[in-house]
Amino acid sequence: MTVEALMEKTGFEVISLSNKSKMVEGCYAGDLLSWVMGKAEQGCLWLTIMTNINVLAVASLLDLACVVVCENAVLDEIFIKTAESKNINVLRTDKPLYEACLIIGNLSNE
Amino acid sequence: MPAGLQAKRVNELDCECLSYRFEVDGSNFTTAGEASVQVKRILRRIGFPPETIKRASIAMYEGEINMVIHAGGGIAELFIYEDKIVVVLTDHGPGIADVALAMKEGYSTAPDNIRALGFGAGMGLPNMKRYTDIMDIQTALGKGTVITMTVNV
Repeated sequence: MTVEALMEKTGFEVISLSNKSKMVEGCYAGDLLSWVMGKAEQGCLWLTIMTNINVLAVASLLDLACVVVCENAVLDEIFIKTAESKNINVLRTDKPLYEACLIIGNLSNE
Repeated sequence: MPAGLQAKRVNELDCECLSYRFEVDGSNFTTAGEASVQVKRILRRIGFPPETIKRASIAMYEGEINMVIHAGGGIAELFIYEDKIVVVLTDHGPGIADVALAMKEGYSTAPDNIRALGFGAGMGLPNMKRYTDIMDIQTALGKGTVITMTVNV
């Protein structure tokens, strides 16, 4: 499924979607950056509550499909601008991490 | 090219490699990781396989973050050969007291304010080892650390 299709099905808020045809090839949830760096696979969608700029460095280095920011965590302007300039897809939801995982998990069962 | 980033062609007769040097700003978490993203771009432009690029840039990212967290910054150098990529990280920080312990997954000495940013998982050095073919750590307490990582192509 593309990031755009996932966005439409979940209704998650679009923060940055300049690479919307990118395929979601897996999912990973977690907040410790190096842990994610070591475990998440290329093409994954990453669910987290972290919103510092280094999240985007991790997403970029791993070539992740999309970052989903949970719990409506606050994003500053630098984060949003950097996501756009680096073509990193970022969505946001008010759901907690676990519930957001369930929503995405149910999509793959459809 | 951003400030602090210099590229120079090393004497080809001596080295037959391309080298780049990055200054890692120890006071700025916003720019931490910038050099690694640059490295990724450089390696991609040269045309290395994606897996090789990923391994080298992740290892360098972890090293860069470590230098910012623990050592007040440092120098990251990239040497690109036909058959390998070498990253050398040099800092003048406190050194690593117990390398074997520091290599253990989950062990971290990062302070709380750093953990709040999502760092300090204790996976930095293990990731560097995991993603590279050779990793060498030279460290002296109170003097600093030099880490050399090689990714074979």
